[in-house]
Amino acid sequence: MRRQLQTMRKSLFDQGYLDEQFVQLEELQDDANPNFVEEVVTLYYRDSGRIILNIEQALERKPFDFNKLDAYMHQFKGSSSSIGAKKVKAESTLFREYCRSRNGEGCMRTFQQLKKEYATLRRKLEAYFQLARQAGPVETACRPK
Amino acid sequence: MNLSSGKEYISTASSSAGWKAGDAAAAAAADQFPAGLRVLVVDDDPTCLMILEKMLRTCLYAVTKCSRAETALLMLRENKNGFDIVISDVHMPDMDGFKLLEHIGLEMDLPVIMMSADDGKHVVMKGVTHGACDYLIKPVRIEALKNIWQHVVRKRKNEWRDFEQSGSVEEGDRLLKQSDDADYSSSANEGNWKSSKRRKDDEDETDERDDTSTLKKPRVVWSVELHQQFVAAVNQLGIDKAVPKKILELMNVPGLTRENVASHLQKYRLYLRRLSGVSQHPSNLNSSFMSPQEAAFGPLSSLNGLDLQTLAATGQLPAQSLATLQAAGLGRSAGKPGIPMPFVDQRNIFSFENPKLRFGEGQQQHVNNNKQMNLLHGIPTTMEPKQLAGLHHTAQSMGNMNMQVASNGSQSSQNNPLLMQMAQPQARGQVTNDSSLGHATRLLSPMGQPILSNGVAANVSTKTGIQENVRAPSYNPVLQTSSMLNFPMNHASELPGNSFPLGTTPGIPSLTPKVAFQEDVNSDSKGSVGFMPSYDIFSDLNQHKPQNWELQNIGMTFDASQHSNNLQGNHNHSQPVLVQQGFSSGQVNGQNKSATVISKAMFSAGDSTGHANAQNGNQHLNSLLVDGTVRVKSETVADATPTNLYPDHFGQEDLMSALLKQQDAIAPAEHEFDFDGYSLGNIPE
Repeated sequence: MRRQLQTMRKSLFDQGYLDEQFVQLEELQDDANPNFVEEVVTLYYRDSGRIILNIEQALERKPFDFNKLDAYMHQFKGSSSSIGAKKVKAESTLFREYCRSRNGEGCMRTFQQLKKEYATLRRKLEAYFQLARQAGPVETACRPK
Repeated sequence: MNLSSGKEYISTASSSAGWKAGDAAAAAAADQFPAGLRVLVVDDDPTCLMILEKMLRTCLYAVTKCSRAETALLMLRENKNGFDIVISDVHMPDMDGFKLLEHIGLEMDLPVIMMSADDGKHVVMKGVTHGACDYLIKPVRIEALKNIWQHVVRKRKNEWRDFEQSGSVEEGDRLLKQSDDADYSSSANEGNWKSSKRRKDDEDETDERDDTSTLKKPRVVWSVELHQQFVAAVNQLGIDKAVPKKILELMNVPGLTRENVASHLQKYRLYLRRLSGVSQHPSNLNSSFMSPQEAAFGPLSSLNGLDLQTLAATGQLPAQSLATLQAAGLGRSAGKPGIPMPFVDQRNIFSFENPKLRFGEGQQQHVNNNKQMNLLHGIPTTMEPKQLAGLHHTAQSMGNMNMQVASNGSQSSQNNPLLMQMAQPQARGQVTNDSSLGHATRLLSPMGQPILSNGVAANVSTKTGIQENVRAPSYNPVLQTSSMLNFPMNHASELPGNSFPLGTTPGIPSLTPKVAFQEDVNSDSKGSVGFMPSYDIFSDLNQHKPQNWELQNIGMTFDASQHSNNLQGNHNHSQPVLVQQGFSSGQVNGQNKSATVISKAMFSAGDSTGHANAQNGNQHLNSLLVDGTVRVKSETVADATPTNLYPDHFGQEDLMSALLKQQDAIAPAEHEFDFDGYSLGNIPE
């Protein structure tokens, strides 16, 4: 099972879902906080869900308030990057660029893509954590630097 | 890391770790530095906050997290010495991160690190211009956090260095004080202090000066007197034309070098700039004071003439202000809401941007000018504005002075009851008006802490004019926080608790350093400049208690720093710059550290006579404070002979005398309190 876990983890990185920042979180996990990473990710999804909602609502109001959208996305990007959500972060950056260039179409398209990545990552991480819990409190393989 | 050798270092380290902490804790922390570094992290994003907290804990820092800027500010204000460094996000819903940065810089002068996912050049630049000491790009890595302690150290180091450069051994004293936290008897300090006094007296500067700074390299100690002389010279020349060479000539202090003056001038200029930039209200201390503490800021802000005002405004007047404040009867910065310290906002204008302004925080509390005659609210250094008012000195002048004092007090806000005391005096006499009190209170407040609290600040009895015996607020807890400038407010404003025994001598507040200032400030300061920040804590102004003073001062200063932060930076300055005018700019600022409180406060006092003395006293006070011990120039004050302001002794005494003498002269409360604000700045850190 550990091996499975390792494989899963590796693929998350290889496929670009996660980046180095995730490792930082893993390294913070210790005996005192054995589920730290999972807790953070859970918190992330809870909090960022709120921002996603705000953006959605803002996108329903025409004309777009690009400044506001940009501000929301800035927030969202900050959160996502802090857990190492690589793809999600990339979409956020793109979205912000469209905001700055006042490209409403671009914003909407990008936002859809972002939501997809966001959901995909969530699924994968949930599976990962579940497996991790089953595998026991083994070090979640801090990738050697 | 050893910033300085031995003891000093330890103190420092401790301080970094948490000056506030008791000695033991500080000492312990010092050894493990940077472990235990007290970090406040502010970020509205809960995910980031959680991660940062964990990272910081892993670095062995003591973390406090906060998701709202307002909350963070509150926390910082409540506990001025509670944190070593702040990390804040740039984009936050309730307050812009840069705004928070400004506030912190002004009020608490802590190093602040900004963070953001935004790495645009302009944003980073904004961070720099607003004074952030670093800028981190999110996502933040733990490696980046491991080294944040460097900012704390650097800042402290700079403060010391500035301190030293300006020739004040306050830093050293401060450090000493810190280390001696529990043990006020820093003989070294005392020795220094005394020697500095002696220096003044005997004009044996060179030797003495060297001796004075045994703690650190020999440096000129910018005592209250000296500072007052400096300010007087600067004013005479005109701030624009004031060049070190000319200032030096005017001051005519043997042994003082052009370099000393130059660096001191630099600080002073920064201080003034800060005041004018921050002060919103043009000098009307009186009115401002009366208003709620927040208002404190306003009136004082303008440097107008009275530095006090500015100082007061800054609220944070470092210890120095205390002296002034005392005169001004400014409320103490010690959180006593009673006295609306206008200075509060001013952050430590006094202390040259030093944390001295810490008082400021207290300011709100302080400046209760009105008639708080009881400056000493007990330990809470808030200077009782009454006391300041007691100074009565020239209501306005006092006000101004107070302001300054208060400013100083603000520093010590924690403790400066003394400051308030000073302010009280004002209140007494003429100041009875609220305005005067306001000022005084304001001054006191800020001063309350620093000035007196630091041990020295004790009773800066601002005798200015107030003949009443102002009861100097007893410095409570050992001076530390009570910057209680016991202004010998003419009123018998007895400060509760803290009353410094200022009252006793005529106008010369005896700063009773450690001791709760019991001041009785009986404002003997008759007439003398309203505020005479009677530093005599010892209740006998006349008594030379140089020793006590010193000890006390040390204690006070030290404490003050600990407590109110005041000491920390500004305190040392005891520059009650505020008082400047009257008395040789008696640094009435209760500046905790420097007993300058007295000297300055004495502004109003017979400037002429008192002035000279006051200056001396101030200087001594300063030196005293600087030495860490309450340099309250107790000696000077001790003399109690009005004209005899021993230069060595606290400036207080001089001030007191001056005050006494001048009761009428009090009107000149215009002393430049400004300076006080400044002086505080000198206080290292």
